[in-house]
Amino acid sequence: MKEKPVIKAADAVARISDGDSLLVSGFMGVGTPVTLMKALRESGRRDMTLICSDNALYMGDPEKATGVAPNVLAKQFKKYVASHIGLNKETQRQMLSGEAEVELVPQGTLAERIRAGGTGLGGLLTPTGVGTAVEDGKQVITLEGREYLLELPIRGDFTLIRAAKADKAGNLTFSASARNFAPLMAMAGDTVIVEADEIVEIGTLDPETVVTPGIFVDYIVQRGE
Amino acid sequence: MEYKEDKTKIAKRIAGIFKDGDYVNLGIGLPTLVGNYVPDDVHITLQSENGFLGLGQEPDDESFNPDLVNAGGVPVTILNGGSYFDSATSFGIIRGGHLDYTVLGVLEADQKGNLANYMIPGKMVPGMGGAMDLLTGAKKVIASTVHFDKRGNSKMVRSCSLPLTAKGEVDIIVTDLGLFEIADGKFVLKEFFAPATPEWIVENTSADIEIDPGCREYVFSD
Repeated sequence: MKEKPVIKAADAVARISDGDSLLVSGFMGVGTPVTLMKALRESGRRDMTLICSDNALYMGDPEKATGVAPNVLAKQFKKYVASHIGLNKETQRQMLSGEAEVELVPQGTLAERIRAGGTGLGGLLTPTGVGTAVEDGKQVITLEGREYLLELPIRGDFTLIRAAKADKAGNLTFSASARNFAPLMAMAGDTVIVEADEIVEIGTLDPETVVTPGIFVDYIVQRGE
Repeated sequence: MEYKEDKTKIAKRIAGIFKDGDYVNLGIGLPTLVGNYVPDDVHITLQSENGFLGLGQEPDDESFNPDLVNAGGVPVTILNGGSYFDSATSFGIIRGGHLDYTVLGVLEADQKGNLANYMIPGKMVPGMGGAMDLLTGAKKVIASTVHFDKRGNSKMVRSCSLPLTAKGEVDIIVTDLGLFEIADGKFVLKEFFAPATPEWIVENTSADIEIDPGCREYVFSD
Protein backbone atom coordinates (compact mmCIF):
# COMPACT_ATOMS: atom_id res chain seq x y z
CA MET A 1 0.00 0.00 0.00
CA LYS A 2 1.19 3.49 -0.89
CA GLU A 3 2.78 5.32 2.03
CA LYS A 4 1.69 8.83 3.01
CA PRO A 5 4.47 11.41 3.38
CA VAL A 6 5.81 11.76 6.92
CA ILE A 7 6.93 15.39 7.17
CA LYS A 8 8.02 17.94 9.78
CA ALA A 9 5.39 20.13 11.42
CA ALA A 10 6.93 23.30 9.98
CA ASP A 11 6.82 21.84 6.45
CA ALA A 12 3.22 20.76 7.00
CA VAL A 13 1.95 24.19 8.06
CA ALA A 14 3.99 25.88 5.30
CA ARG A 15 1.27 24.58 2.96
CA ILE A 16 -1.30 26.79 4.73
CA SER A 17 -1.88 30.34 3.40
CA ASP A 18 -3.18 33.53 5.01
CA GLY A 19 -6.98 33.48 4.92
CA ASP A 20 -7.37 29.69 4.82
CA SER A 21 -10.02 27.86 6.83
CA LEU A 22 -8.82 25.26 9.31
CA LEU A 23 -10.65 22.38 10.98
CA VAL A 24 -8.80 21.63 14.22
CA SER A 25 -9.64 18.71 16.52
CA GLY A 26 -9.80 18.92 20.31
CA PHE A 27 -12.26 19.43 23.13
CA MET A 28 -11.07 21.82 25.84
CA GLY A 29 -7.59 21.23 24.45
CA VAL A 30 -7.81 17.44 24.70
CA GLY A 31 -7.08 15.98 21.28
CA THR A 32 -5.62 19.19 19.83
CA PRO A 33 -2.59 18.69 17.55
CA VAL A 34 -0.40 20.98 19.66
CA THR A 35 2.82 20.40 17.70
CA LEU A 36 1.10 21.55 14.50
CA MET A 37 -0.54 24.48 16.29
CA LYS A 38 2.82 25.58 17.67
CA ALA A 39 4.33 25.44 14.18
CA LEU A 40 1.33 27.34 12.85
CA ARG A 41 1.92 30.04 15.47
CA GLU A 42 5.56 30.29 14.44
CA SER A 43 4.52 30.52 10.78
CA GLY A 44 2.83 33.86 11.47
CA ARG A 45 -0.16 33.02 9.21
CA ARG A 46 -3.08 35.42 9.65
CA ASP A 47 -6.71 36.13 8.81
CA MET A 48 -7.61 32.45 8.94
CA THR A 49 -10.93 30.90 9.97
CA LEU A 50 -10.76 28.45 12.87
CA ILE A 51 -13.40 25.75 13.08
CA CYS A 52 -13.25 23.72 16.28
CA SER A 53 -15.41 22.42 19.10
CA ASP A 54 -14.35 25.18 21.49
CA ASN A 55 -11.58 27.73 21.89
CA ALA A 56 -10.07 25.87 24.86
CA LEU A 57 -8.81 27.59 27.98
CA TYR A 58 -7.31 31.01 28.47
CA MET A 59 -8.20 32.82 31.67
CA GLY A 60 -5.44 35.44 31.68
CA ASP A 61 -2.20 33.50 32.04
CA PRO A 62 -0.66 32.75 28.61
CA GLU A 63 1.47 30.01 30.21
CA LYS A 64 -1.72 28.13 31.05
CA ALA A 65 -3.41 28.59 27.67
CA THR A 66 -4.45 25.18 26.26
CA GLY A 67 -5.28 23.72 22.85
CA VAL A 68 -5.87 26.38 20.21
CA ALA A 69 -5.77 29.23 22.76
CA PRO A 70 -2.12 30.23 22.08
CA ASN A 71 -3.03 30.73 18.40
CA VAL A 72 -6.03 32.83 19.43
CA LEU A 73 -3.67 34.91 21.57
CA ALA A 74 -1.40 35.33 18.52
CA LYS A 75 -4.41 36.84 16.67
CA GLN A 76 -4.12 34.44 13.74
CA PHE A 77 -7.85 34.26 13.01
CA LYS A 78 -10.48 36.60 11.63
CA LYS A 79 -13.33 34.21 12.28
CA TYR A 80 -14.15 31.46 14.77
CA VAL A 81 -16.77 28.78 14.27
CA ALA A 82 -17.25 26.99 17.60
CA SER A 83 -19.83 25.70 20.06
CA HIS A 84 -18.20 27.24 23.12
CA ILE A 85 -15.82 30.15 23.68
CA GLY A 86 -16.66 30.90 27.32
CA LEU A 87 -13.37 29.75 28.81
CA ASN A 88 -11.21 31.75 26.42
CA LYS A 89 -11.09 35.40 27.51
CA GLU A 90 -9.13 36.47 24.45
CA THR A 91 -11.79 35.14 22.05
CA GLN A 92 -14.42 37.05 24.05
CA ARG A 93 -12.29 40.19 23.84
CA GLN A 94 -11.75 39.86 20.08
CA MET A 95 -15.47 39.26 19.57
CA LEU A 96 -16.57 42.26 21.65
CA SER A 97 -13.99 44.59 20.06
CA GLY A 98 -14.98 43.47 16.57
CA GLU A 99 -11.48 42.19 15.75
CA ALA A 100 -12.86 38.75 14.99
CA GLU A 101 -16.23 37.32 14.05
CA VAL A 102 -17.71 34.45 16.06
CA GLU A 103 -20.29 31.98 14.75
CA LEU A 104 -21.67 29.91 17.61
CA VAL A 105 -22.96 26.52 16.52
CA PRO A 106 -24.60 23.89 18.75
CA GLN A 107 -22.00 21.18 19.26
CA GLY A 108 -24.05 18.38 17.72
CA THR A 109 -24.92 20.55 14.75
CA LEU A 110 -21.25 21.43 14.30
CA ALA A 111 -20.33 17.74 14.29
CA GLU A 112 -23.00 16.90 11.71
CA ARG A 113 -22.21 19.91 9.50
CA ILE A 114 -18.59 18.81 9.35
CA ARG A 115 -19.63 15.23 8.69
CA ALA A 116 -21.96 16.45 5.93
CA GLY A 117 -19.07 18.41 4.45
CA GLY A 118 -16.94 15.31 4.39
CA THR A 119 -19.51 12.84 3.15
CA GLY A 120 -20.96 14.63 0.16
CA LEU A 121 -24.26 15.67 1.72
CA GLY A 122 -25.87 18.95 0.74
CA GLY A 123 -26.95 19.73 4.30
CA LEU A 124 -28.92 18.28 7.16
CA LEU A 125 -32.17 18.82 9.03
CA THR A 126 -31.95 19.10 12.80
CA PRO A 127 -34.51 20.03 15.45
CA THR A 128 -31.72 21.55 17.55
CA GLY A 129 -31.98 25.34 17.68
CA VAL A 130 -35.62 25.65 16.56
CA GLY A 131 -37.15 28.64 18.34
CA THR A 132 -33.75 30.03 19.38
CA ALA A 133 -31.29 32.57 17.97
CA VAL A 134 -29.67 29.70 16.03
CA GLU A 135 -32.75 29.71 13.78
CA ASP A 136 -32.08 33.28 12.54
CA GLY A 137 -31.56 33.42 8.79
CA LYS A 138 -32.10 29.69 8.31
CA GLN A 139 -34.73 27.81 6.41
CA VAL A 140 -37.21 26.01 8.71
CA ILE A 141 -38.63 22.84 7.19
CA THR A 142 -41.63 21.03 8.67
CA LEU A 143 -41.78 17.27 8.17
CA GLU A 144 -44.54 15.15 9.67
CA GLY A 145 -45.43 17.94 12.05
CA ARG A 146 -41.96 18.57 13.41
CA GLU A 147 -39.85 21.64 12.66
CA TYR A 148 -36.23 21.32 11.58
CA LEU A 149 -33.49 23.78 10.67
CA LEU A 150 -31.67 23.33 7.40
CA GLU A 151 -27.99 23.39 8.33
CA LEU A 152 -25.33 23.57 5.64
CA PRO A 153 -22.13 21.54 5.34
CA ILE A 154 -18.76 22.80 6.58
CA ARG A 155 -15.47 22.05 4.88
CA GLY A 156 -11.99 23.40 5.50
CA ASP A 157 -8.99 24.16 3.32
CA PHE A 158 -6.99 22.20 5.89
CA THR A 159 -7.72 19.71 8.63
CA LEU A 160 -5.28 19.44 11.53
CA ILE A 161 -5.99 16.54 13.87
CA ARG A 162 -4.25 14.48 16.50
CA ALA A 163 -4.23 10.68 16.49
CA ALA A 164 -2.78 8.16 18.93
CA LYS A 165 -1.30 5.92 16.24
CA ALA A 166 -0.94 6.43 12.51
CA ASP A 167 0.38 3.73 10.27
CA LYS A 168 2.20 4.92 7.18
CA ALA A 169 -0.90 4.23 5.07
CA GLY A 170 -2.63 6.94 7.16
CA ASN A 171 -4.88 4.62 9.15
CA LEU A 172 -5.59 6.14 12.56
CA THR A 173 -6.45 5.16 16.09
CA PHE A 174 -7.28 7.59 18.86
CA SER A 175 -6.87 7.91 22.61
CA ALA A 176 -9.89 8.06 24.93
CA SER A 177 -11.84 11.33 24.72
CA ALA A 178 -9.11 12.87 22.53
CA ARG A 179 -10.99 11.35 19.57
CA ASN A 180 -13.91 13.85 19.61
CA PHE A 181 -14.08 15.75 16.29
CA ALA A 182 -10.99 14.23 14.63
CA PRO A 183 -12.65 11.41 12.64
CA LEU A 184 -15.24 13.87 11.26
CA MET A 185 -12.71 16.56 10.40
CA ALA A 186 -10.52 13.95 8.69
CA MET A 187 -13.25 13.66 6.04
CA ALA A 188 -13.91 17.38 5.59
CA GLY A 189 -10.57 19.02 4.82
CA ASP A 190 -9.13 19.56 1.33
CA THR A 191 -5.74 18.70 2.83
CA VAL A 192 -5.59 16.58 5.95
CA ILE A 193 -2.56 16.66 8.23
CA VAL A 194 -2.37 14.21 11.11
CA GLU A 195 -0.18 14.65 14.16
CA ALA A 196 0.38 11.18 15.61
CA ASP A 197 1.73 10.26 19.03
CA GLU A 198 3.24 7.23 17.33
CA ILE A 199 3.88 6.42 13.66
CA VAL A 200 3.96 2.70 12.89
CA GLU A 201 4.69 0.51 9.89
CA ILE A 202 1.96 -0.65 7.52
CA GLY A 203 0.62 -4.00 8.69
CA THR A 204 1.03 -3.38 12.42
CA LEU A 205 -2.45 -1.90 13.00
CA ASP A 206 -5.25 -4.45 13.11
CA PRO A 207 -7.78 -3.28 10.48
CA GLU A 208 -10.52 -4.05 13.06
CA THR A 209 -9.17 -1.35 15.37
CA VAL A 210 -8.71 1.40 12.77
CA VAL A 211 -11.12 4.27 13.49
CA THR A 212 -10.23 6.56 10.58
CA PRO A 213 -9.17 4.91 7.31
CA GLY A 214 -6.07 6.21 5.58
CA ILE A 215 -7.92 7.33 2.46
CA PHE A 216 -8.72 10.61 4.23
CA VAL A 217 -5.13 11.41 5.23
CA ASP A 218 -2.58 13.39 3.19
CA TYR A 219 0.38 14.00 5.53
CA ILE A 220 1.61 12.57 8.82
CA VAL A 221 3.63 14.49 11.41
CA GLN A 222 5.28 13.03 14.49
CA ARG A 223 3.93 14.71 17.65
CA GLY A 224 6.67 16.67 19.37
CA GLU A 225 8.80 17.11 16.24
CA MET B 1 -40.25 31.25 56.15
CA GLU B 2 -36.68 32.33 55.57
CA TYR B 3 -35.20 30.99 52.31
CA LYS B 4 -31.79 29.36 52.51
CA GLU B 5 -30.12 28.15 49.34
CA ASP B 6 -29.55 24.36 49.43
CA LYS B 7 -28.02 22.73 46.36
CA THR B 8 -27.64 19.37 48.12
CA LYS B 9 -31.42 18.99 48.33
CA ILE B 10 -31.71 19.56 44.59
CA ALA B 11 -29.00 17.03 43.76
CA LYS B 12 -30.43 14.42 46.16
CA ARG B 13 -33.96 14.72 44.82
CA ILE B 14 -32.90 14.48 41.19
CA ALA B 15 -30.69 11.46 41.97
CA GLY B 16 -33.83 9.73 43.27
CA ILE B 17 -35.66 10.12 39.96
CA PHE B 18 -33.50 7.69 37.97
CA LYS B 19 -34.32 4.02 37.49
CA ASP B 20 -31.83 1.17 37.40
CA GLY B 21 -30.35 0.98 33.91
CA ASP B 22 -30.97 4.58 32.86
CA TYR B 23 -28.55 6.44 30.58
CA VAL B 24 -28.04 10.00 31.80
CA ASN B 25 -26.10 13.13 30.84
CA LEU B 26 -25.33 15.55 33.67
CA GLY B 27 -24.47 19.16 32.80
CA ILE B 28 -21.65 21.18 34.31
CA GLY B 29 -22.00 22.71 37.78
CA LEU B 30 -25.01 21.86 39.95
CA PRO B 31 -26.11 18.95 37.71
CA THR B 32 -22.72 17.28 38.22
CA LEU B 33 -23.46 17.05 41.97
CA VAL B 34 -26.40 14.73 41.22
CA GLY B 35 -23.99 11.89 40.48
CA ASN B 36 -22.89 11.86 44.14
CA TYR B 37 -26.36 10.90 45.45
CA VAL B 38 -27.58 8.09 43.20
CA PRO B 39 -28.68 5.18 45.45
CA ASP B 40 -26.31 2.18 45.50
CA ASP B 41 -28.92 -0.17 44.06
CA VAL B 42 -29.61 2.09 41.07
CA HIS B 43 -27.03 1.67 38.33
CA ILE B 44 -27.08 4.47 35.83
CA THR B 45 -24.62 5.01 32.99
CA LEU B 46 -23.38 8.54 32.53
CA GLN B 47 -22.64 9.93 29.09
CA SER B 48 -20.01 12.57 28.51
CA GLU B 49 -20.79 14.48 25.30
CA ASN B 50 -17.12 14.77 24.37
CA GLY B 51 -17.26 11.12 23.44
CA PHE B 52 -17.82 8.33 25.92
CA LEU B 53 -20.26 6.33 28.02
CA GLY B 54 -19.34 5.11 31.48
CA LEU B 55 -18.13 8.34 33.06
CA GLY B 56 -16.40 7.50 36.33
CA GLN B 57 -14.95 9.34 39.30
CA GLU B 58 -11.90 11.57 39.53
CA PRO B 59 -8.70 9.66 38.76
CA ASP B 60 -5.93 8.89 41.23
CA ASP B 61 -2.29 9.21 40.19
CA GLU B 62 -2.30 5.73 38.72
CA SER B 63 -5.50 6.01 36.67
CA PHE B 64 -4.87 9.59 35.47
CA ASN B 65 -5.07 9.90 31.67
CA PRO B 66 -4.61 13.39 30.19
CA ASP B 67 -6.75 12.32 27.21
CA LEU B 68 -9.74 11.49 29.40
CA VAL B 69 -11.78 14.47 30.59
CA ASN B 70 -15.44 15.22 31.19
CA ALA B 71 -17.45 17.84 29.29
CA GLY B 72 -16.04 20.48 31.62
CA GLY B 73 -12.48 19.52 30.71
CA VAL B 74 -11.85 17.97 34.15
CA PRO B 75 -9.87 14.69 34.32
CA VAL B 76 -12.09 11.67 34.97
CA THR B 77 -12.03 7.89 34.61
CA ILE B 78 -14.05 5.47 32.49
CA LEU B 79 -15.86 2.54 34.11
CA ASN B 80 -15.65 -1.10 33.04
CA GLY B 81 -18.14 -1.53 30.23
CA GLY B 82 -17.57 2.00 28.96
CA SER B 83 -16.98 2.99 25.35
CA TYR B 84 -15.46 5.81 23.32
CA PHE B 85 -16.89 7.37 20.17
CA ASP B 86 -16.57 10.47 18.02
CA SER B 87 -18.62 13.65 18.44
CA ALA B 88 -21.13 12.75 15.70
CA THR B 89 -21.97 9.45 17.42
CA SER B 90 -22.05 11.23 20.77
CA PHE B 91 -24.59 13.76 19.54
CA GLY B 92 -26.38 11.02 17.66
CA ILE B 93 -26.94 9.44 21.09
CA ILE B 94 -28.13 12.80 22.41
CA ARG B 95 -30.25 14.05 19.51
CA GLY B 96 -31.50 10.60 18.60
CA GLY B 97 -33.43 10.19 21.85
CA HIS B 98 -31.22 7.48 23.32
CA LEU B 99 -30.63 9.21 26.66
CA ASP B 100 -33.27 8.68 29.34
CA TYR B 101 -32.48 11.94 31.11
CA THR B 102 -30.42 15.07 30.81
CA VAL B 103 -29.96 17.36 33.80
CA LEU B 104 -29.13 20.98 33.02
CA GLY B 105 -28.61 24.26 34.84
CA VAL B 106 -30.90 27.27 34.58
CA LEU B 107 -30.70 31.03 34.15
CA GLU B 108 -34.46 31.21 33.57
CA ALA B 109 -37.09 28.49 33.15
CA ASP B 110 -40.61 29.40 32.16
CA GLN B 111 -44.01 27.73 32.49
CA LYS B 112 -44.13 26.82 28.80
CA GLY B 113 -41.12 24.57 29.20
CA ASN B 114 -38.70 27.05 27.69
CA LEU B 115 -35.19 27.21 29.12
CA ALA B 116 -32.58 29.95 28.94
CA ASN B 117 -29.19 28.91 30.24
CA TYR B 118 -26.51 29.81 27.71
CA MET B 119 -26.09 33.56 27.45
CA ILE B 120 -26.82 37.00 28.88
CA PRO B 121 -26.67 39.50 25.99
CA GLY B 122 -23.96 42.11 26.49
CA LYS B 123 -22.60 40.34 29.57
CA MET B 124 -21.82 36.71 28.98
CA VAL B 125 -21.68 34.96 25.59
CA PRO B 126 -19.96 31.65 26.25
CA GLY B 127 -21.79 29.62 23.61
CA MET B 128 -24.28 26.79 23.92
CA GLY B 129 -21.82 23.90 23.77
CA GLY B 130 -23.97 20.77 23.73
CA ALA B 131 -26.89 22.21 25.72
CA MET B 132 -29.24 22.87 22.78
CA ASP B 133 -28.82 19.31 21.50
CA LEU B 134 -29.27 17.83 24.98
CA LEU B 135 -32.50 19.73 25.59
CA THR B 136 -33.87 18.85 22.17
CA GLY B 137 -32.91 15.19 22.15
CA ALA B 138 -33.07 13.61 25.60
CA LYS B 139 -36.25 11.66 26.45
CA LYS B 140 -36.72 13.70 29.64
CA VAL B 141 -35.17 17.05 30.48
CA ILE B 142 -34.67 17.94 34.13
CA ALA B 143 -33.88 21.58 34.88
CA SER B 144 -32.04 21.99 38.17
CA THR B 145 -31.74 25.31 39.96
CA VAL B 146 -31.79 27.14 43.25
CA HIS B 147 -35.23 28.71 43.52
CA PHE B 148 -34.02 32.32 43.67
CA ASP B 149 -31.13 34.18 42.05
CA LYS B 150 -28.66 36.27 44.05
CA ARG B 151 -31.03 39.25 43.99
CA GLY B 152 -33.95 37.20 45.24
CA ASN B 153 -35.82 36.87 41.94
CA SER B 154 -37.38 33.49 41.27
CA LYS B 155 -35.64 31.65 38.42
CA MET B 156 -38.99 30.14 37.44
CA VAL B 157 -40.80 32.78 35.40
CA ARG B 158 -43.92 33.22 33.26
CA SER B 159 -41.89 33.89 30.14
CA CYS B 160 -38.12 33.81 29.65
CA SER B 161 -36.57 37.19 28.90
CA LEU B 162 -33.12 35.79 28.04
CA PRO B 163 -32.32 34.05 24.72
CA LEU B 164 -33.68 30.50 24.76
CA THR B 165 -31.51 27.42 24.74
CA ALA B 166 -34.55 25.43 23.62
CA LYS B 167 -38.27 25.93 23.22
CA GLY B 168 -40.75 23.84 25.19
CA GLU B 169 -38.37 20.99 26.01
CA VAL B 170 -38.26 21.04 29.84
CA ASP B 171 -40.24 18.26 31.55
CA ILE B 172 -39.27 18.51 35.23
CA ILE B 173 -37.85 21.32 37.35
CA VAL B 174 -36.26 20.64 40.71
CA THR B 175 -35.38 23.57 42.95
CA ASP B 176 -34.40 23.64 46.62
CA LEU B 177 -38.09 24.17 47.45
CA GLY B 178 -39.81 21.50 45.40
CA LEU B 179 -40.33 19.41 42.29
CA PHE B 180 -42.44 20.78 39.43
CA GLU B 181 -43.68 19.47 36.11
CA ILE B 182 -44.85 21.46 33.11
CA ALA B 183 -48.45 20.95 31.97
CA ASP B 184 -50.73 23.13 29.83
CA GLY B 185 -48.51 26.18 30.06
CA LYS B 186 -48.21 26.06 33.85
CA PHE B 187 -45.86 24.79 36.48
CA VAL B 188 -47.45 21.98 38.48
CA LEU B 189 -46.08 21.52 41.98
CA LYS B 190 -45.79 17.79 42.65
CA GLU B 191 -43.60 17.81 45.78
CA PHE B 192 -42.44 20.41 48.29
CA PHE B 193 -39.42 20.32 50.55
CA ALA B 194 -39.93 21.47 54.18
CA PRO B 195 -39.75 24.07 55.61
CA ALA B 196 -41.28 25.40 52.38
CA THR B 197 -45.04 24.96 52.02
CA PRO B 198 -46.97 24.87 48.71
CA GLU B 199 -48.66 28.16 49.58
CA TRP B 200 -45.33 29.89 50.32
CA ILE B 201 -43.87 28.63 47.04
CA VAL B 202 -46.86 29.84 45.01
CA GLU B 203 -46.78 33.23 46.73
CA ASN B 204 -43.05 33.79 46.24
CA THR B 205 -42.60 32.60 42.65
CA SER B 206 -43.14 34.98 39.69
CA ALA B 207 -45.01 32.39 37.65
CA ASP B 208 -48.32 30.54 37.54
CA ILE B 209 -48.09 27.43 39.69
CA GLU B 210 -50.86 24.91 40.08
CA ILE B 211 -50.69 22.72 43.16
CA ASP B 212 -51.21 19.14 42.05
CA PRO B 213 -54.08 17.39 43.90
CA GLY B 214 -51.56 14.71 44.87
CA CYS B 215 -48.88 17.20 45.94
CA ARG B 216 -46.96 15.90 48.96
CA GLU B 217 -43.98 16.67 51.09
CA TYR B 218 -40.85 14.86 49.95
CA VAL B 219 -38.90 13.80 53.01
CA PHE B 220 -35.14 13.51 52.57
CA SER B 221 -33.60 10.40 54.09
CA ASP B 222 -31.07 12.27 56.23
